[in-house]
Amino acid sequence: MAIIPLERKPLTLAERTYIPQILGGLKTTLARLLKPTETLEYPEQRPAIPSGYRGVPTLVRDPNGREKCVSCQLCEFVCPPKAIRITPGSIPVDAPTAHVEKAPQAFDIDMLRCIYCGLCQEVCPEEAIFLQAQYSMSGYTREEMVNHKDRLYELGGTLPDQHHKWDKKLAAEKHGNAH
Amino acid sequence: MSDFFFQLHPVIQGLIKGLAVIAVIFPIAGICSMAERKVSAWIQGRPGPNRAIPFWFAWVPVLGPFLQRLGIFHVMADGGKMLFKEDSLPGHVNKFYFILAPIVAMMPALTTVTAVPFGAYFDPAGRTIPLGLAPVDVGLLAVFAVSSLGVYSLILAGWASNSKYPFLGGVRASAQLISYELSLTLSVIPVFLWINAPGTEGTMSLARAVEFQSQPGFLGGTWFIFLMPVSALVFLISLFAETNRLPFDMAEGEADLVGGFHTEYGAFKWGLFFVAEYSHMLIGSGIFTLLFLGGWNPLPWLSLGQFAALLHVAHLPLAVGVLSIVIFLGKVLAMIFFFMWVRWTVPRFRYDQVMKLGWQKLLPLAIANLLFYAIAIAVIQK
Repeated sequence: MAIIPLERKPLTLAERTYIPQILGGLKTTLARLLKPTETLEYPEQRPAIPSGYRGVPTLVRDPNGREKCVSCQLCEFVCPPKAIRITPGSIPVDAPTAHVEKAPQAFDIDMLRCIYCGLCQEVCPEEAIFLQAQYSMSGYTREEMVNHKDRLYELGGTLPDQHHKWDKKLAAEKHGNAH
Repeated sequence: MSDFFFQLHPVIQGLIKGLAVIAVIFPIAGICSMAERKVSAWIQGRPGPNRAIPFWFAWVPVLGPFLQRLGIFHVMADGGKMLFKEDSLPGHVNKFYFILAPIVAMMPALTTVTAVPFGAYFDPAGRTIPLGLAPVDVGLLAVFAVSSLGVYSLILAGWASNSKYPFLGGVRASAQLISYELSLTLSVIPVFLWINAPGTEGTMSLARAVEFQSQPGFLGGTWFIFLMPVSALVFLISLFAETNRLPFDMAEGEADLVGGFHTEYGAFKWGLFFVAEYSHMLIGSGIFTLLFLGGWNPLPWLSLGQFAALLHVAHLPLAVGVLSIVIFLGKVLAMIFFFMWVRWTVPRFRYDQVMKLGWQKLLPLAIANLLFYAIAIAVIQK
């Protein structure tokens, strides 16, 4: 590429006084002043959350109300800031979902540590943990900022999927062909 | 009522008038600080402060939320905070001068008000009587003489703080104020050359300048901003520099000097600097209005007398007086808005640019302007 020397025109007298430029600037700022404001007045007006937003991590249930988490602890191990702490527990043998075998006894996510990376959601083999639309967390103490299991399910709600992976597995097992 | 007032001792009369003017200037200065925040916000696309409201005022149906949106209660919260927070005195300062500086800042700001007329009425003989605290004939000279004392407060504050940034701010501010005072003074001389035609009584009175712009006829009713645009421009630019407003905000320079000359100040002492700055702005705008924008005449070529006659109130001195004050205050507040508008339009100059503009551009321009009008007026008035 050849270098093209551009001729820089000397400033005219009007330009050197800056007055036309300043008047132009005044026009711009006045137009801005008369326009409606851009601000979202937060507590009253909430932003529209786009789908796929990574808010507070939550636990979900399946359409039958079964908790999807089987406490495999993959999310606990993958969590970069070590925000997740799971105490695995077993499902009582007389429960209707006894064939799932395991469920978390305790599931705590420390929101003071969470970095909202979404790795827990990505790693979960059971589609049990999701980062959902809630973005505002506050509390007066450190303890209040730890989401316990019941709170996580309350925030998470139900995932309306129709996989019913464990029911199919149970049905296949009864036919004598588990895999 | 008015008879009772005029029977009082002149000192008491003066005291009442002075207190009345202070009672107007202080709220205006307070509201200016809110207007500053609101105008800044609107220009930047924000709504600005609009939250504070006393809980009992929130019950007033329409007015309460409206005033809340306007941020009126933030003014009171700000003022209350400034009055009641701890007025700390740093250990390393020269205490006497440190406390003296904000007082010195307020004195010229309040003293210059006396020489500024802010309205007029017509006596039964048809003469125009200007309304003002002290109808002194030296008028503008008194204002310039006293307002230039304001620089001492900046120097005192910067020096007494015994700290680097305030000192630099004080040095900058003093150099800037002294530089632009020359152009400021030179730019208004043509106005008074034109007013003081040969054969008339010599005057520097601001009220006379307004009267001169309210004469009948095309030339008589022309405001000086049209007759002497260069004077008006030089005066306006120097006014921005003299009041330390952006783009000449060298004395504060938040980015490079923390807070400039008042870095070490807080609470009420800082508030005094703040009120003094707004008072300077008010008085500067007032003088610009009187000299170049026709004072209390509502429109060019429409004098207060004609306007009052149109409204059929010319025979009521009180109505004319109030009308003139409203028109004058309206123009002054429009000027204040212009100050704020420019603040968010023109970026701050570098210090060498400020000095170059002052000494190499404005001063020669003011001198050339003076020479041009001196010769032109000599030719016209013989």
